[in-house]
This record gives sequence, C-alpha cells and structure tokens, in this order.
Amino acid sequence: MSTRPISNTRSVTGIPSARLITWWVIASEIVIFGGLLATYVMHNLGHPEWRAAAMHTNTWLGALNTFVLLTSSLSAVLAFKAADTLDGAKAAKFLRLTALGGTIFLVIKGIEWTREIHEGFVLSSGGFWSFYYVLTGLHGLHVLAGMIILLVVAADAAKNRELQRVECIGLYWHFVDIVWIFLFPLLYIAR
Amino acid sequence: MISEAQPMISEAHIHHPNYVKIWAILVVLLMVSLLGSMSSIRSVVLIAAFGVALTKTYLVTTNFMHVNVEKRWVPYLMGIFLAFMVILFAAVAPDVMKHSGLRWSNDAAKHAVESGMQPASTKHE
Amino acid sequence: MSTQVPHAEQGIFQKYFWSTDHKIIAMQYLFTGMAMGLIGGYLAYVFRMQLAFPGHSVPGFGIVTPGEYNTVVTMHGSIMIFWVAMPVLIAAFGNFLIPLMIGCDDMAFPRINRLSYQIFLLSAVVLVASFLVKGGAFGGAWTSYPPLSASGAYNLTPLGASLWLVAVALEFVAFLLGGVNFIVTAMNSRAPGMTMYDIPMVVWMIVLASIMFMASVGPLIAGAVMLLFDQTLKTGFYDPARGGDPLLWQHLFWFFGHPEVYVVLLPAIGIVAELLTVFARKKLFGYKTILYTTWATVIISFLVWAHHQFVAGIDPRMANIFSVTTLLVSVPITEMVFLYIATLYGGSIRFHTPMLWAVAFVAEFMIGGVTGIFLGASGTDIYLHDTYFVIAHFHYTFVPIAIFSVFGGLTYWYPKMFGRMLNDTLGKVHFWGTAIPFNLIFIPLFITGAAGDQRRTYNYALFAEQSRPVLQHLRMFATFGLLVMLLFQLVFLFNFFWSLRHGRRAEANPWMANTLEWTVPSPPPHGNFAKLPTVYRGPYEYGVPGRIDDYWPQDVPN
Ligand code: HEM
Ligand SMILES: [Cu+2]
Repeated sequence: MSTRPISNTRSVTGIPSARLITWWVIASEIVIFGGLLATYVMHNLGHPEWRAAAMHTNTWLGALNTFVLLTSSLSAVLAFKAADTLDGAKAAKFLRLTALGGTIFLVIKGIEWTREIHEGFVLSSGGFWSFYYVLTGLHGLHVLAGMIILLVVAADAAKNRELQRVECIGLYWHFVDIVWIFLFPLLYIAR
Repeated sequence: MISEAQPMISEAHIHHPNYVKIWAILVVLLMVSLLGSMSSIRSVVLIAAFGVALTKTYLVTTNFMHVNVEKRWVPYLMGIFLAFMVILFAAVAPDVMKHSGLRWSNDAAKHAVESGMQPASTKHE
Repeated sequence: MSTQVPHAEQGIFQKYFWSTDHKIIAMQYLFTGMAMGLIGGYLAYVFRMQLAFPGHSVPGFGIVTPGEYNTVVTMHGSIMIFWVAMPVLIAAFGNFLIPLMIGCDDMAFPRINRLSYQIFLLSAVVLVASFLVKGGAFGGAWTSYPPLSASGAYNLTPLGASLWLVAVALEFVAFLLGGVNFIVTAMNSRAPGMTMYDIPMVVWMIVLASIMFMASVGPLIAGAVMLLFDQTLKTGFYDPARGGDPLLWQHLFWFFGHPEVYVVLLPAIGIVAELLTVFARKKLFGYKTILYTTWATVIISFLVWAHHQFVAGIDPRMANIFSVTTLLVSVPITEMVFLYIATLYGGSIRFHTPMLWAVAFVAEFMIGGVTGIFLGASGTDIYLHDTYFVIAHFHYTFVPIAIFSVFGGLTYWYPKMFGRMLNDTLGKVHFWGTAIPFNLIFIPLFITGAAGDQRRTYNYALFAEQSRPVLQHLRMFATFGLLVMLLFQLVFLFNFFWSLRHGRRAEANPWMANTLEWTVPSPPPHGNFAKLPTVYRGPYEYGVPGRIDDYWPQDVPN
C-alpha cells in the first residue's frame, strides 16, 4: 500500500513515527520481560534447592548462543548504517544475515531443549525448569517474530523501499539481544 | 494522494561508531563472564556475570541503539518502566521470596526447600 | 494540499469491516462494546434475580445452579471491565477523537489500528464462545485467583478457565497495539501550532491511560502465561507445595488491576472535562494543574495495588505502606474534583443531556471515592473486604465511569459521529431513569455489605451465619432498582437507532464548541479535513471578554 496518511508523515517530537512506535513497543516489552524476570529472581532467591536443577544447563551452549546473538546484532546495526547511506541492497543483505543469526540461535536452543528433555527435564519438572522453559520460550518467540519482520523489511529494503524500517527492526533486535544478555547469566551461570 | 513529506530515515545522518570494534569488546566481555563462571567463589561468579551483563547492556544501548543521541526523554522513559519493575520486585519479594515474616510463615514453601535440599546433599553424583 | 480521495467502489465489507479509517474502527469498537454491554447487563439481571428470589427460576434464564451463578458473576465483571469499559472509553472514543481533535487525517499507523480491532474482536468471540464449552464459561471470579483458577477440580470450569485466560491475553494485545498507536499519533501528528497545552483534555487522558495500561499490564501477561501452564501443562508456578506461590498471582493481577481502574477513569474524566466547559461556557479551571495532577495520579496509582490484598496474608508491614499510599492517591483525585466544580462556578450552565451526565458523574463518583477511603485503611478493610460494601464502592466508581461518562460523551459526539442529533427529551428521560435507579441499587448494598453480606454468595439462606433474613428486603430492593434501570436503557436504544434516521440533521458545530472536530462536517468525510487546520489557541477559550461570540475555535486566526 503506497498511500500513507499525513498523520504518519508528521513528526512533532522530532522522532519519526516509525522509530517512536518502536520505542513504545520496546517499553511495553520491558515490563513483560521485567515482570517475568523479577518473579523468577525472587523465587530463585527463596529456593536454594533450585540451584541443583540449574546445574544441568549447558553453559557452553548458552555462551555460544550469546555469541551468535551479539554477532547478529552487529549485522543488524551494519544494516542500519547501510540504510542510512540509502544503500538498500546492502541493508537487505545484512538484515538477512541477522535473520540467519536468529536461525542459528534457535537451532542451538532447540538442541539444548532436546538434550534437556531427553535427560527428563520438562516444563513440569519443578520450579526451575518451569521458569527456564517459559523464559527461554518467550524469548525464543521474540527471536522468531523478529526474524519474520527482518525478512519482510529486507524484502522491501532490497528494492530501496521503506528504508526507515531498517533502523526500527534493528532496535527491536538489539532489545531481544539485551534480554538474552540477562537470561544468560541468570540461567547458565548464577547457580 | 499527496503527502506533506516523505517519511524520513532519521533527521540527520548520525555518526556511526566503529561497530566491529564494539562487537569485539562485547565478545571479550562474554569471555570474561565465562572465565568468572569457572571461579569457585560465588561472589566472583556473580559479580563477573552481572557486571558483564550490565556493561554489555550499556554498550549495546549506546552504540547499537544510539540512545545517547536519541531524544533525552527516551532513555528516561525506559528507565521509568524499569523502575516500576524494581518496585514490583521490592513489594512482592517480601511475600514470595521470604518464607516467613512478621507473624506469618509459609510452611509449604519451607517444606519444599527442605525436601529439595536433602537429595542434593546426600546423593552427591 | 488535499487529502485522500474517497475510494469510489468500495464494497460493504471493505468499507465497514476491512477499513483502516479511524472513524470506522471507532464505530466497530463502539458497537462491539455496546453488544458486550448488553450481555454484561443481562448477566447482572440473572444473578440479581437469583439473589432476590433464591432458587426461583429466573425469567429468560431458568433455575440458576451454584456453578452457573459463579460463571455469571465472573463473566459479568470480566465483560464489563475488559469488553465494555476498555473498548468504549479508550478505543471507541480514542479512535474517533484523537485524529479529529489534533487535526490530522487518521491514526499514524492505520493498519496497526485495524489489526488492533481484529484481535479485540477475536478475544470477544473467544470469550462468548466459552459459554458453550463443556462445564461452561469460567467461574473463578474476574480476578482469577489460584488455586481456584489453576485447577479445574476446584473451579469446575476447566475449559472455560483456559479460554478466559486466552481471551484476556488477546484483549491485552489488542489494547497494546491500539495504545502505542494512540500515543504516537498524539505525540507526532498534531496540527501545526498545537502545543502540549493546546491538546484537549480528553486526548491527554486517553493517551495517559494508554501509557498506564502499557506499563502495568506486562507482568500480568507473563503471569497469565504461567497460570495457563498451571492449568494445562502441570506446572506449579502458583502451587506452594511445588515451590510456587499463589500470592504472586494476586500481586501480578493487582499491579495491573489497580492502575486499570485509573485506565478507565482517566478517559471518563477527560470526556467530562470537555462536557463541563462546553456547557458551562467557561474555561476549564486550571488546565495545567489538572494535567500535572493527573501525572501524579498516574505515578502514585502504581504504588497502591496491595490494598486489594490486605487480608490475603501479605506481610503486614507492607500493608501499612500500602495503606498510606492509598490514602495519598485520593488527594490528587479530590483536587481534580474541586477543579471541576470550580469550572462550573459562575458559568452560564446549559443543562442539555450531556451536561446532566457530566454533573452526575462528578456527584456520584465522589461517593465512590469517599467510600474507597474506608477500604484503603487496612484496619477497616479487614472487616469490609469481600462484602457488598466493596461491590457498592466500586460500582459507585465504575458506573459513573462506564455508564455516565459514556452516555454523556455519546450524546455529545453523536451528531459528529452520525450527522444527526439525539432527541434531548428522550435523553433526559433516559438520564433520570438511569441515575435514580443506580442509587437505588447500590445504596442498599452499602447497607447489606456493612451488615456483613459476603459477595460471591449464591444463596444466603444456605449459610447460617450469612442468612440475615432481615436484609432480604434490601437485597430485593436493589434488584428492583436494577430492573428499572435496565428497562430505561430501552429508551436509549430507541433514541440511538431512531435518531440515526430521523434525528434532526446536525450542522458542523451544534454545541458551539472550540475543538477541531467541530470544524469539519458532521459526519466527517474520509480524510477528515478538506484543508488540514492550524491551531492558534487552547481548547477552552469560552466566554472570553471582548469577543462577540462566547466561543473561540482553536483554528480561527486571531
Ligand atoms: C447494570 C448495572 C450493574 C449492576 C446491577 C451490577 C451488579 C453487580 C453485583 C451485584 C455484583 C456482585 C456479584 C457477587 O459478587 O455476588 C457485581 C460484580 C461486579 N461488577 Fe457489576 N453491576 C453493574 C454494572 C457494572 C459495570 C458498569 C461494571 C464495570 C465497568 C461492573 C463491574 C463489576 C465487577 C468488576 C464485579 C466483580 C465481579 C466479580 O467479583 O466476580 N458492573 N455487579
Ligand atoms: Cu485498587
């Protein structure tokens, strides 16, 4: 759809609407993940017995996934740099690389889950595991959603259209990265 | 359909720091937290892990998300939303984290802790 | 500059169901909300009849079983708050008013707006469909406390419980999508010249409510997922024997739930602000003070939630803190009421129907606020909690909010929405037929509550310590009040639909108001403004000395 209302093109705050709405979406996500993390932390502190369960998560795979996400963030921001110089083709390339990073992340996460389930740790295996699966699952859903948006934005960017969206999906992607930056120590190290 | 202006990418081209360098620092930080996790002193593990997480967050938000050049109120707004979560934690933790308080005690939770700790100390794999 | 050309050949479906026009989406929200309101009112009728004539067959329903009673009460509360107050006050008025009042052609993101309504509609469908599943719709109270809500063996509505959670979660997503759109539109798309302090109060209030909703609902979304897993996947998030904690849900629910009451309150007082100034022909008293007061209310109302849990076994030291913050939050609200009364003082008041609703809102809401003080003090609340005193208290707040301000706003903006005037005489009949019975319903309930009647009780006669036969005539009285009130709603429905066709045609500005929506034809065309306006002054310049007209529209150059 090429017709856009004038309301969409106005920018009284000085922040373009697309970026402004992204910030508000991130704010609403902060409280979703923040609330979940806060409840996990308070439960965890009250239940020292959960540490035994936490010993079963694989720190190396977690670290590898952290590395993957950090790298995908790099390519997301490089896509923004390309879009900033109006190089849509290059931006699209970097966005697709970012989505590839997301795929690798999900594959590794899937391997972890499979291993854990094989060891008999499922969603209902006790407090730690319930939180573990909900936290990583919710985060994984955000990665998945981010990947879909990345590919949509990349398709437009390749034709030099809607380049302002490159920055926005990047912001969102970095936010998802930051969530993982906290999930990693909480689930794989602090135990 | 005539519009007032085409949507802007951003008001002015912003200064792009050397992103690869930032990424390299982030990876080094990841190593630090891994090294820290090998320590047998719990406080070292925790400080390394969460110190690194906070530093990484700072690097990502300023350099990748550009909040330092964004309008001032944006980081403040995010901070307020985070502060609400801190308040939530502070007011809920006395009930959920602790298992007894002034004239109350959560026996079910205490029991869960006790029975959970037992196998961990007896059967040491 | 021109605005969008109307599409010549749009099918009915395209125009009314797939439109991205904010006015159409507002109507979708309005009519869905009204339909849900009819369901919610019917449910109130069913349980009130059961309470007045326990065990007798209720005409139009039949014998009410204890399980059905729980379902009916739960669904009444859920529907009225999530599927009536929210969509009508925030989404319908917000969608209709924000672009028009800030002088632009649509929302900043029309397609996100359409998606918001579609998700909302889906949530309503899921909720209504849950009446049909095995066991019936959820019966564990609109607050859905575990362990009752977590186990189908306790609430007896296992499927209904999960569908309820899904519906509520979808509704939250719809309002998050709608909310970000409202916020961004109001921040970014205002007409040239419209400063922060030229924004009409109702727009401010809807935007602040959207921000509040967004900041409070996050933890509950996470909590709802956890509860759903407790119900269906055998987790123990809220089960203390398995390391969980049922109190956690209460905290997450009320961390959202208390701000939520202000989420619906703010749009209502915004609407009332518009009505009071227009019909008193006076400047809004203390625009900036009201604004800052509202900000203070928004912040403080995040710090009071545990007053709903005084008897739940929370740490008593916390109860003290929450008592204090609760009493504090009544200060800014009181101040606002004073400012509204000051707006009326010395005005040349015109008692058209919308004004009646606005004044009644202020008067009745005060009763709700004052009784809240009794409940906010943890000492008295230990006695009053879970009695009909609580019911009466929050209905003295919610009914002015969801009924009075909505009818006031609807009668005021009806000409703009539909291009015709509502009948004023019928409007007044409907007003008195609603406002008087409303008090007849809930004043008796204050008394029965203070006497000890517990809420969520199916039949008092079944419990020796709850029976209190002397109170039965009060319980019946309240039910008669409800019957009268429901009957008078027919007057409104008739007026509403009859006037769509036969009402007097409305000119652009029938109330001689200042705000921008009155500068365009009634109803506004697609794209709203033939020429997008520029704003020269605030919205409340009524009765300015030295001018011939007693109003001064925002877009008229000096
Ligand atoms: C038509 C007029 C109304 C009447 C006669 C009415 C009556 C009642 C009664 C008697 C109860 C208590 C039932 C019980 O706990 O045993 C109740 C509950 C409730 N009502 Fe209403 N109500 C009306 C309108 C509204 C409106 C407009 C709202 C909100 C916008 C609302 C929100 C609620 C809520 C949240 C509950 C609590 C439900 C629960 O605890 O499960 N009601 N209502
Ligand atoms: Cu409250």
